[in-house]
Amino acid sequence: MSSDHAAHAPSSAPNAPHALRFVLHVWRQKNAQSTGEFATFHLDDVSPDMSFLEMLDVLNERLIAAGDDPIAFDHDCREGICGACSLTINGQPHGFERETTTCQTHMRRFEDGATLYIEPFRANAFPIVKDLVVDRSAFDRIIAAGGFVSARTGSAPDANALPVPKGDADRAMDAAACIGCGACVASCKNASAMLFVSAKVAHLSLLPQGQAERGRRVLSMVERMDAEGFGNCTNESECEAACPKGISVANIARLNREYLRALATES
Amino acid sequence: MSAHVVGASSKLASKCPTGPLADRWQKHRFELKLVSPANRRRFHVLVVGTGLAGASAAASLAEMGYEVSAFCIQDSPRRAHSIAAQGGINAAKNYQNDGDSVWRLFYDTIKGGDFRARESNVHRLAEVSVDIIDQCVAQGVPFAREYGGLLANRSFGGAQVSRTFYARGQTGQQLLLGAYSALMRQVGEGKIKLYPRHEMLDLVLVDGVARGIVCRNLVDGAVRSFAGDAVLLCTGGYGNVFYLSTNAKACNVTAAWRAHKRGAVFGNPCYTQIHPTCIPVSGAHQSKLTLMSESLRNDGRVWVPRAGGDARAAESIPETERDYYLERKYPSFGNLSPRDISSRAAKQVCDEGRGVGATRMAVYLDFRDAIRREGAGGIRAKYGNLFQMYERITGEDPYQAPMRIFPAVHYTMGGVWVDYNLESTIPGLFVLGEANFSDHGANRLGASALMQGLADGYFVVPYTIASHLAGRKLGKVTTDHAAFARTEQEVRERIERLVNARGTRTPDSFHRELGLLMWDKCGMARNAAGLGTAIERIRDLREQYHRDVRIPGDAANLNSALEHAGRVADFFELAELMCRDALHRDESCGGHFREEFQTAEGEAQRDDANFCYAGAWELDASANGLAWNLHKEPLIFENVKLAERSYK
Repeated sequence: MSSDHAAHAPSSAPNAPHALRFVLHVWRQKNAQSTGEFATFHLDDVSPDMSFLEMLDVLNERLIAAGDDPIAFDHDCREGICGACSLTINGQPHGFERETTTCQTHMRRFEDGATLYIEPFRANAFPIVKDLVVDRSAFDRIIAAGGFVSARTGSAPDANALPVPKGDADRAMDAAACIGCGACVASCKNASAMLFVSAKVAHLSLLPQGQAERGRRVLSMVERMDAEGFGNCTNESECEAACPKGISVANIARLNREYLRALATES
Repeated sequence: MSAHVVGASSKLASKCPTGPLADRWQKHRFELKLVSPANRRRFHVLVVGTGLAGASAAASLAEMGYEVSAFCIQDSPRRAHSIAAQGGINAAKNYQNDGDSVWRLFYDTIKGGDFRARESNVHRLAEVSVDIIDQCVAQGVPFAREYGGLLANRSFGGAQVSRTFYARGQTGQQLLLGAYSALMRQVGEGKIKLYPRHEMLDLVLVDGVARGIVCRNLVDGAVRSFAGDAVLLCTGGYGNVFYLSTNAKACNVTAAWRAHKRGAVFGNPCYTQIHPTCIPVSGAHQSKLTLMSESLRNDGRVWVPRAGGDARAAESIPETERDYYLERKYPSFGNLSPRDISSRAAKQVCDEGRGVGATRMAVYLDFRDAIRREGAGGIRAKYGNLFQMYERITGEDPYQAPMRIFPAVHYTMGGVWVDYNLESTIPGLFVLGEANFSDHGANRLGASALMQGLADGYFVVPYTIASHLAGRKLGKVTTDHAAFARTEQEVRERIERLVNARGTRTPDSFHRELGLLMWDKCGMARNAAGLGTAIERIRDLREQYHRDVRIPGDAANLNSALEHAGRVADFFELAELMCRDALHRDESCGGHFREEFQTAEGEAQRDDANFCYAGAWELDASANGLAWNLHKEPLIFENVKLAERSYK
């Protein structure tokens, strides 16, 4: 059964010169146990200056006013850095715009009259909580398994005691820019988390601070990644294309190298 | 309507050490009690919030051997709003050999706060700032470096030395991920129990001591109690009372406000920071405001047309008809003048009708000269991600035309009153980071929020918590205690009241209305008449809210409207207190600008004779409805001379 809500209530934001029209097919699912389905909404007064999530806000305000359940979606900073927002828009995690999170995507980028399918990030390791909200705690468990440098508070030497070549520091920062949103997993046909895991492994193995636990770290994280039900990498590079922070698949090569190195050296 | 004033109060024992300022923290640490390593595991600490303050505190306490439970409303502790801080973190390392010192950082912070913070606290903050950088580097935080491999620094708003450490435009993210990784290490080792998607809705007191919290599981709606020996609130600031702010959407005051309603005194609620460089509002749909890092002011020049109503495009306005008003008014600090001063100056030129853009509520931040000097490539290397963000949001290219910026609510210096140990007036309740009122006085300097959050969590509370745990006889308390059942019941009743209102308006529509009112009457400039009107209006709206709010569905599921509704209910109460505090403080200082109290040149006019104190408000539990008593903590300056804060 598919419901069709015509959300034609008088516009609350008609301040833009050209209002845009969209047809939205949004995944609705009551909870983890139930099966979901698409619900259809027609919006005919979307300001081009709205962000994608602001468009959903406007829709939700109308749903609440009509006594309906608002569409649940994760979001928080709306600046593209917290990694909470997680929509798959027309089959692409975070939509079509390169290196841009859903919250930073603006409606002026879409064609007037477009039909948009909005789904959660789909992966077995990311069970759906409600509507567009998924459970990504598997990522936290991977970090807990080894994504750190064990440096207890108070035991650090002077920050300049350990020079780090600028190139290494820059490459570490490139990898550390990962926001943990899970778009890499959602974009991968194998639902692999290797871009996420490799970003952390690369960040810490590039730095002198990360050397002491270098082998142990990669083995523990990969073991946890497998146990969580993520798939393997088959070099499609969809993850890099979907990543809102442009994390490179070169990190996955580094991960594989680190893993083999650790297998050979850790006993 | 006048508040009952209690005067210099025994309620507020600051517990600041005495003696030479530079020795106080060391002396205090020696005098603090200790919990021996073997005994620590017997104490259970509840840490609410997992931003910089919460994650660093939880990790550090667990490393020491305490049993810790950590709670956050996000799906992962890594998403706390500290992650969005862009610019950097201050530390008195003096790595640039440009005259910095612990004393200078202390002095800049005291002065920047317009002489409304405690000397002892601020000096401690400056002292531990150097340890923070060491700690973060050891965790693998990828700070910017020079070719020699040593750490790079930059200068930041309100400082004449380069003491700011940074990781591109993502310093908060990298510091938080460092603290988060330390937290998760302890989770992996079983030393911390983690409760994501849990919202603290009340504090549980047993014999007047904080012994637990009541949370709602945001996924299944279950209301559940947690008992412990101490509670740490690390729940951030309340800038979202204005609806539009640079805060994340879920930022709220609920945990702090619930503690306030259980007796914790609230300090300086009217001190709010308006950040000068944000992207202006584009329409009524606006859900939040985006900050453009203050670091842009190192190279961007702020200006408006000299003449009002000048509608020409920026590039057709000749140099002689531009007013670089910050450089004109504050020649020694220029475009890097502190946030409160820069924000007010922007408001002033817009009020004069010289604002730019379609709404006329914006000023230019112009990189033309910097691009001429360093080339577009040089500017891209420094600010590429920020320029890209601006282009995405506005659809305009800042390499071609100047950015348009306007001030927006960014940070709240006020918060739960705490003593030198970071303990509130409720024994056993500690408050860290932005949630407390302690270190920034009436205005916070750039790159100091990250410093304070991590100072509190890594290097202050791990010591001071022992004053409570070892200093008081704490009997064993479990959630079977009647106080838990009673508090849980009150929480459930509050939830049911909201759900059962079944009114006509959404929580968001009320929140927007409240926010606009606060921005108009209690924002960048306030006056007595406006504040009086605001208080009346807030009371009306609040009453209407509880009668007419509409929340679909029930409380037994993930219900985002209900989550929001609970937070808005608490904002409605806080808003009144903010206005009362602003109304009582008959002076201007830092972020609190009362139009009646300004110098001939339009600068803030402090009244040190009458207002050199922290205003701390205690809920009057005996009153019918909301009422407060004001306590005053006198601020004593023994080491710096109170002066007019000049950046000219």
